[in-house]
Amino acid sequence: MDKIYFDNSATTRVDEKVLKAMLPYFTEFYGNASSLHSFGRDASVAMKDSRAMVANIINADASEIIFTAGGTESDNIAIRGVAEALKEKGNHIITSSIEHPAVLETCEHLEKSGFDVSYLPVDDKGSVSLEDLEDAICQRTTLVTIMHANNEVGTIQPIREIGRIAHENGALFHTDAVQTLGKLPIDVSKDNIDLLSISGHKLHGPKGIGALYIKDGTPIEPIIFGGGHERGLRSSTENIPGIVGLGKACEMAKNDLDKDIAYMTNLRDALISGITDRIPNVKLNGHPTDRLCNNVNMSFEAIEGEALILALDRTGIAASTGSACSSKKSKASHVLMAMGLTQIEAYGSLRLSLSRMNTMQEVDYTIDSLENIVSRLRAMSPLWKEE
Amino acid sequence: MAYEFNEKVIKHFENPKNVGMMKDADIVETVGSPVCGDMLTLYLKIKDDKVVDVKFKTFGCGAAIATSSIFTELVKGKTIDDALKITSDVVVNELGGLPEKKIHCSVLAPDAFEKAIKKYRDRHAK
Repeated sequence: MDKIYFDNSATTRVDEKVLKAMLPYFTEFYGNASSLHSFGRDASVAMKDSRAMVANIINADASEIIFTAGGTESDNIAIRGVAEALKEKGNHIITSSIEHPAVLETCEHLEKSGFDVSYLPVDDKGSVSLEDLEDAICQRTTLVTIMHANNEVGTIQPIREIGRIAHENGALFHTDAVQTLGKLPIDVSKDNIDLLSISGHKLHGPKGIGALYIKDGTPIEPIIFGGGHERGLRSSTENIPGIVGLGKACEMAKNDLDKDIAYMTNLRDALISGITDRIPNVKLNGHPTDRLCNNVNMSFEAIEGEALILALDRTGIAASTGSACSSKKSKASHVLMAMGLTQIEAYGSLRLSLSRMNTMQEVDYTIDSLENIVSRLRAMSPLWKEE
Repeated sequence: MAYEFNEKVIKHFENPKNVGMMKDADIVETVGSPVCGDMLTLYLKIKDDKVVDVKFKTFGCGAAIATSSIFTELVKGKTIDDALKITSDVVVNELGGLPEKKIHCSVLAPDAFEKAIKKYRDRHAK
């Protein structure tokens, strides 16, 4: 069997159609969109079309989309940009304890420059509580930033209600939708979203391109200065091939959304039930139902995750873990720890993240391989009590 | 960050030597803890100051398992004094090197052995 790629929350394979759409923009239509000649116009037209495709998948207006270098940059521009623009009004930001480092580190940076940040806890399924949000929010709160779904455990947050509570209290709502675009329907208007981060390479687009939705009228300051591209919010000559790729990826994701979700859900559920049925002492991490269609995250008792990843890699299966053995003391994922897992459960975690390009045959092969590997690693673990 | 193990490390990870428990061990020593992310239990049989048999069980990453395996191979049949010379540096060299971030895994087995021998000698000094 060919190699199996089950690490689609880390990055995805670029779709052939996306690649094909991009290629002419490297060598044929390579103009700078700011130029006044035909090369510039070609680039500018391509950018306009892509902007509309990106806007379309989240039901926004094209004028509300700016292109960025990726999800991290979108998060930085959104959070720092709004915090800065509204600092006269208030200096309080609310986020969650299980955000991506792009959000957490940005918030920690803001704390150093005088902002107050509340990090909402999550329950054992990884869900933020609306009561906690209502308790934390106050007059000084200018921004609530909570991810749409978590990258490690796939728990989907109640963003529509979170946005509603933010608005009722005069705050703006930003959500990092890097993991959910193409895997959940998103409607920025119905979902009460003011700012939303998008990444290209998580939905079969290229790396190095992302977008930020900024609702019309949202106060925001630039954090990057230069030639004034993207309404002055992201100066830098536009990455036209990347933009074209992102647009195509969004168009494809939008057209096939229902079909893709059903397909991935089926594979996900087969993996979860197959593993649970065949391997004893495993635990599903995350929410059983409010869960991304492509996320499987399980803890295997008495096994360290990196060993599991290495053994899987040797059988051609690419996956990831919340365990990082890379210093004197191992590090367990901040997400799993925030959910109240024990350290040993966090070390024993495995994430299998799917895409529409995976198959049921790959699922079956992976369950077989896992069964063998887990039993081999347990046989050598001092923590595994043999029957 | 991604890193690469050489073939010898992989070999010891996939087919570790001397894995398992030993019911009639003269000495059993456990180092590390599940909270630290790696843990090793070493079983030793000692006769006439020689390591006549050795077994291990390791909870940890691939490097922790591979270093445990090669360590048991290296000490088996040696006198205690010679076996005590198998330091983590020796383990890393014998494996043909480890990625920088994984060097710390190589101290687990020599540490367990040293503690086991201390326990053994204390007991026999009485």
